[in-house]
This record gives sequence, structure tokens and C-alpha cells, in this order.
Amino acid sequence: MNRAASRGAKPGALLHRFPGGLRLRHHKAVSCAQPVEAAPLPARLYVPLWQHSGPGAEPCVEPGQAVLKGQLLAATAGRTGGRIHAPTSGTIAAIAVRPISHPSGQQGRCVVIKPDGLDRWAEPGPLPDWRSADPAELLEAIREAGLVGLGGAVFPTGQKAREASERGIHTLILNGAECEPWISCDEMLMRERPEAILLGARILQRIVGASRSVIAIEDTMDAAGQALHAALRQAGGSDIDLVRVPAIYPEGGERQLVQVLTGREVPSGGRPTDLGLLCQNVATAAAVAEAVIEGRPLVERIVTVTGSGVRRPRNLLARIGTPIADLVAHCGGYADGAARLILGGPMMGYALPSDANPVVKAANCVLVLTADDLRPAQAEMPCIRCGECARVCPARLQPQELQRAVRQADWEEAATLGLRDCIECGCCDVVCPSHIPLAAWFRHGRSGLREREAEQHRAALARERFEAREARLARQKTERRRRIAEKKRDLADRQAKQDGIAAAVERARARKRDREEP
Amino acid sequence: MTRRFETGPAPHFAPRSTVAGVMRQVIYALLPALLAQAWFFGPGVLLQAVLAILFALGFEASMLGLRGRPLRPFIGDGSAVVTALLFAVCVPPLAPWWVAAVGMFFAIVVAKHLFGGLGHNLFNPAMVGYVAVLISFPVSMTAWLPPVAATGLAPDAGQAAAAILAGQLPADGSWDALTAATPLDRLRTAVASGQSLAEVRQAPVFGQLGGLGWEWIACWYALGGLWLLWRGIIAWHVPAAMLSTVAVLASVAWVLDPAHSPTPAEQLLSGAAMIGAFFIATDPVSGCASPRGRLLFGVGVGLVTVVIRRWGAYPDGVAFAVLVMNAFAPLIDRYTRPRIYGHGGNPR
Repeated sequence: MNRAASRGAKPGALLHRFPGGLRLRHHKAVSCAQPVEAAPLPARLYVPLWQHSGPGAEPCVEPGQAVLKGQLLAATAGRTGGRIHAPTSGTIAAIAVRPISHPSGQQGRCVVIKPDGLDRWAEPGPLPDWRSADPAELLEAIREAGLVGLGGAVFPTGQKAREASERGIHTLILNGAECEPWISCDEMLMRERPEAILLGARILQRIVGASRSVIAIEDTMDAAGQALHAALRQAGGSDIDLVRVPAIYPEGGERQLVQVLTGREVPSGGRPTDLGLLCQNVATAAAVAEAVIEGRPLVERIVTVTGSGVRRPRNLLARIGTPIADLVAHCGGYADGAARLILGGPMMGYALPSDANPVVKAANCVLVLTADDLRPAQAEMPCIRCGECARVCPARLQPQELQRAVRQADWEEAATLGLRDCIECGCCDVVCPSHIPLAAWFRHGRSGLREREAEQHRAALARERFEAREARLARQKTERRRRIAEKKRDLADRQAKQDGIAAAVERARARKRDREEP
Repeated sequence: MTRRFETGPAPHFAPRSTVAGVMRQVIYALLPALLAQAWFFGPGVLLQAVLAILFALGFEASMLGLRGRPLRPFIGDGSAVVTALLFAVCVPPLAPWWVAAVGMFFAIVVAKHLFGGLGHNLFNPAMVGYVAVLISFPVSMTAWLPPVAATGLAPDAGQAAAAILAGQLPADGSWDALTAATPLDRLRTAVASGQSLAEVRQAPVFGQLGGLGWEWIACWYALGGLWLLWRGIIAWHVPAAMLSTVAVLASVAWVLDPAHSPTPAEQLLSGAAMIGAFFIATDPVSGCASPRGRLLFGVGVGLVTVVIRRWGAYPDGVAFAVLVMNAFAPLIDRYTRPRIYGHGGNPR
């Protein structure tokens, strides 16, 4: 049954289960009570140059320079990486090293903008009519706008779409299954701007040549579902389906969503494009529409500001670069007992050391938790192999064995046990009765593995270079030897010839003497 | 005005359970059967439980001290108490106190701490302790009380204490009156000597389906086990695999030779099958972790149990079966790892 369904049916026509996962308390209603509000313009904006996967962008503005909203601030070399635009009009106060709200915890260069308060847009370039435009032209518009995946992976959208269009895509999956607790920015976007999402979907479909789209939302998102449904009816066409998937964490993970919608698994180390699918976040689709229709680059996004440590949780439309402190202040400030500031959700978000950190393109949620929400500082106990971690693992790993391999830095074993296939969702960690920080170990292990692989790659390259050099030297040596030998032979030949000539001359002379002497 | 925060790794979540919580629930699940055993065989079992717990905690504390481990979290985790309870319900109710001492020494010191403590033991500690005393003191260990209902003799708490601690019998009793072979033992002896089982079943130690009293205790174990299943403390694989293996093999033997084979009900309800299936073979530390591994493990325990009961030198085989399968658990786990996401398996 499974087989027939996944072969014949369209993605989303029949829902499947993914292994493991957790049903978590949602906590979403608190931030969905009121419409999305525009965050006020801060006194300074700190726009990091590294907000996308891949290398950071290089600034193309200078301190003191006046910029308009949407003006290019920085870009990466080549045509792949991210582009950073001014979130408001004003002057460049500095380009300084500051916190950049990156999971690595590093600091990095930021363009500091002093707003002029006018918020004047730069004139957009000529806009293509997306219905008749060449897909390459649309791709270029997306790339220019500095779009990245807004679900959190921040992979440059233009690059992703171009690679997808080269592979051939039959279905575009729009991911609205925002499965982490507390986060509701996508849900609010779907409620308030469903038509932008549909428009973005059609543009992306045109770019990659997909014949249809599936919008996946969680079955708990009633209002968002109704809004999308109404927008779909109004827009007409039968190429976009709305599918409600059960709200099980980490349903919104790309791999899990593909499995739920198609019953198929994304190959290890591969991408959904291997199955003819392209996954994009719904917010990315809306940003695509904005970039292509209005020529507006990505300079703001919806951020959920929520948690038991925030007085008035809500969703804010915030400019990239706004200090998080400003957002929290706009939401009534911190509640008593606010203990942890998290960028992202409670399962996979990372804790920020300070609220001076800016909003970045990846920032879907600012979550403030109190000590009650967090794990108490408690002794880690030994693993009792209860197997709960394996039961909830969506990648079907055996975390109890994997953690041992990672702790012992046994990378071979860790790789065999599937460390590369860990999606770092943290389910195993939450259910562990021994309170082993499994997710932290696996993140550490995965970066260890990546480093080791990079190291091996470098070593292989170095060896290749070394061997090539050795071969070249050896070749040169034999060549030289051959030439020397040749020269010697030449020399000897010539000598012999000359000797012969000299001898002949000598003989001739001798004969002459003989003849002359009586 | 910036505010600084403590950081920490994701997930930022309060843990859902603790080792101590897991152990506590196992203890709760054992209590009904423990009380049932006290009801059918007198209060001796409760005294055995207290003794075993005291010895277990004493050995646990000393070993933690010797190994330089913190006392509080490990004494409080409840694992030693679970081991002690599982041991106590297996020994005869009036067994002398040093049985508990020796058993807990082997369980806690040898099987647990010499292998690395909580989470590192290869073998089920309670069963190591039980088998150690079973082999060392066969006379004390096979002298079960007949159920109170069968004889009307019921040593009260004081008499039980005197018997356990000082080896003194009640004034009006004798060891002969107070000890009896277990129902499984009787069945095995009968089978070995070629007696008809119908005759043996006339003995007062037999009840409706299995041993008198035993059948009810087994039901309470099953009920406690089902509660653990419902709470998600244990998985269904081991109990289901073990019990169905025992049931199927017993049925086959019984159908082929009803005169000389115990009924499937007797196999399931007379000895340690239920406690073994729900409380002993499900020990996660010494068992298998993968679902398929757990099924194999359960089948193995059931198989070895039936084989020992039929052809072995001991009337019940659960303890040995669990230990044998413990030895195979790492190997089974290695060969039953589930297919990882994305590694094949897509229908073409």
C-alpha cells in the first residue's frame, strides 16, 4: 500500500508517518493573540555581514556614507552567496566587529547604520513581469534581493533554486509546519499575507519548472489554514494544494516533511531535489514575491518575541539589525525571572549571551525563558540504555550507542552509527532520564566529524600535490640525465669525428712528408 | 541598556523524567505483587525485602565510597532498591538472613560495581545475586512455604523474624510442615520420574490454573507490568516475545504429550514467568535496546526458560535464561540496528 501510494500519488495526497518525534506543548497561542506589529525604528541598526551559509559578504559602503533603504551594503564575491541591504535610510556610522547572532557564538563585522528617520526606499530597478519573464531573469531578481531560507538554514535562495532547476523539480513543498514550540511567525504570516505566499509559490514554480506546489501546515493552525484556503480559492488554479500534517516535532524538518508527504526518504547526504522536490519555507516564498513583484530586498522579517520571560508576547515585523533589547522593550520588557535569551525555539535555538545581539535573517523567534522552564542544574547520570532516545529519534539512530562513540572521539564508529544523519533535533536529549546532554554531544561530534573530513580532504590534496611534485621532479631528473647523456654522446661523437679528421690529416701529412723526402 | 544572560546548550527544556523517577515507578509496580505474596505466603517476604534493601544500600554506599563516587545521586537513584526487591520476592519467605546478605553482595558488589556501576553491568544484578545463592545454598533456597490457604499454617511476623534472623521455628511447627516444593518443582519431579501429572495436581499447592497463590501473584505482576507499559517505562517487545514464546512452546509440548507436560497456564502462572517478562528481562541496562533486538531477546529468554524447566536441573529457568541472554545482548544489538533514515528503503 505504502509503495503504490508513494509511487503513484502526488506528494501530500496521502500522509505518512515519520519515526519517533515528540508531541510538545505548543505555547503558540500567547503570541498569536494580536496581529503582527511593526517594531519601532531603533537608534542604531547593527547589520551583520555574515547572515547566510557560506562565506561572509564584503562591504561596498564606507563610514559616513548616506544610504537609502534597500541599498546594497555588502555582497559576496561570485554569484552564489548572500547580499546584505540597508534596512532603513540613514548614514553608515561604522563598520565594526560586534556580536552577530550566529550559532557559532562568534563576533563578526557589522555595518552600523544611524537612521535618518525617513525610512526612504531606494528606487527599485526595472521589474520583470514574472508571468512572462525568463526563469533566469527571476532567479537573478531573487539573488539580487539577498534572499536566504528563512526557516533557519539561511541557504541562499537563489543558489538553491538554480541548483534545483538544473536537477528538475516536479513539486514545490512550502513548509509552513512550524513545529518548534513558542514560534508563530510563519503562522502569523500565513494568516495575514496568504496571497504573498501563493504568489511566491507560483514564481518559484516557474523558476524551477515545478508543475505543482504543496503547502504543508500543522493541523493545529486553524486560522492560518482558513486564510490560505480562502486565498487559494480567490487566486484560482488547481496547482497548489494545502495539506494539514499532524503537529509532531520535528515535523517541520525538511527530511521529516518529505517523508510525511511522500513516504520517501531523502537519501543520506542528499537533498530533497534528489527526489524531484524543492522545499522552501513559507516566509521565503513571501519574500520571493516581494523581491520579484516589488523589487524589495530582504531587509525585514517577522520575529516572534515570546516566552514566559516576556511580558507581552507578540509577533513583530523587525528590521534586520535591530537590537533584540529593543524588541523585548517593545513587548513590555522582561518578566520577573527571565533567565535565558534564545534565538530560535527551545529545541534547536541557541542561547544568546546578551540582548545587544541584532536581529538577523535567520531570527524567527526571540524566546525568553525563566528558570522554571529550563532543566535544573542536575548531575548527569550514566546511561541506563532505556532506549527512549532511540524511540523518539526521527533518523532512526541509536543515540545511546552514538553518544558513547562521540565521547570516545571514535569517529569511525560514530560515522557508522549515523552521526552524519543526525538532524540535531534534540528529541533524544529531552527524553533522556539520565540528563545526558545528547544534542550538545552530537553537535560537537558532527563538527568534529566535519573538521576531520576537511582535514582529511586537505591532507589528501596536500598528498596529491606532493606526489605530483615528486613525479615532476623525478621526470625532470630523468629528462636532465637523458639530456646530459645525449650531450655526452654528442660530444664523444664529435670528438671521435674530430679525432678521425685529425688522424686523417696526420696521415695525409705523413704521406706528403714521405713523398717530399727523398 | 543591555542585559546579559547565562547561556547553555539546546534543547532549552526541563527534562521529562529522571532515573530515580523511572526506578520509583518500577517499585510502585512491584508493590501489589509483593503484598499478594505476603497475603499468600505470610509476612516473611516483607522482612526479606527490608533485609535485602538494607544490605543493598549498605553495599551500594560502601562501593560508591570505595570508587570515589558521589553518594547522594547514586543512592537516591533507586536502582539498588529495585534490585533488592526483585531478589527478595525470589527467595523463600523464611530463608535465613545471610541469604539476603550473600545475594546482595553478589548483586551489588560483583554484578554491578565491579562492572562499573549503574548502567555498566552486563548481567542483571538481581538475577546474579539470586543464582549465586541458589547454587550456593540449594537446601535453603528450595524450601518454599506452602501457601497459607493450603495448610492453614501462617507464621506471623514475629515467628517469621525469628525464623529468618535466628533460625528458630515456631513452637508448634516443624520445617517439614513449613516447607514444600514449589508447584513447578513438583511438576518437574513428576515428569522426571514418569508420574502422571494429573495425580500430582491433586496436591494442595495447586490452584485453578497454576500454583495455589502463585497464579494470583503472577497476575499482579502482569498488572504491574501493564501499568509500566502504559507509563512508557518498559517497551512491549520483551514481555510479548517472552510470554508468547513460553506459551507457544508449552502448548506444543502439552498438545503432543498432555499426560507429562505442564499446561501452558501452569508454565505462565506458576513460576517466575510473569515477573521475568515484565520486570527482569525488561531491565534496560543488561538487555537489548533496539526493537528487533528486544524481540529476539524476549524469544531467547522464553526459549531457554522452557528448555531449563523441561530438561534442566532446576525447576524454574527464568533467572538462568535472563543471564544467558544478557551475555548475548550486545551481539544482538549490534546485528539488529534499525535502518537509518536515508540509507536505502525508498520504494522504487
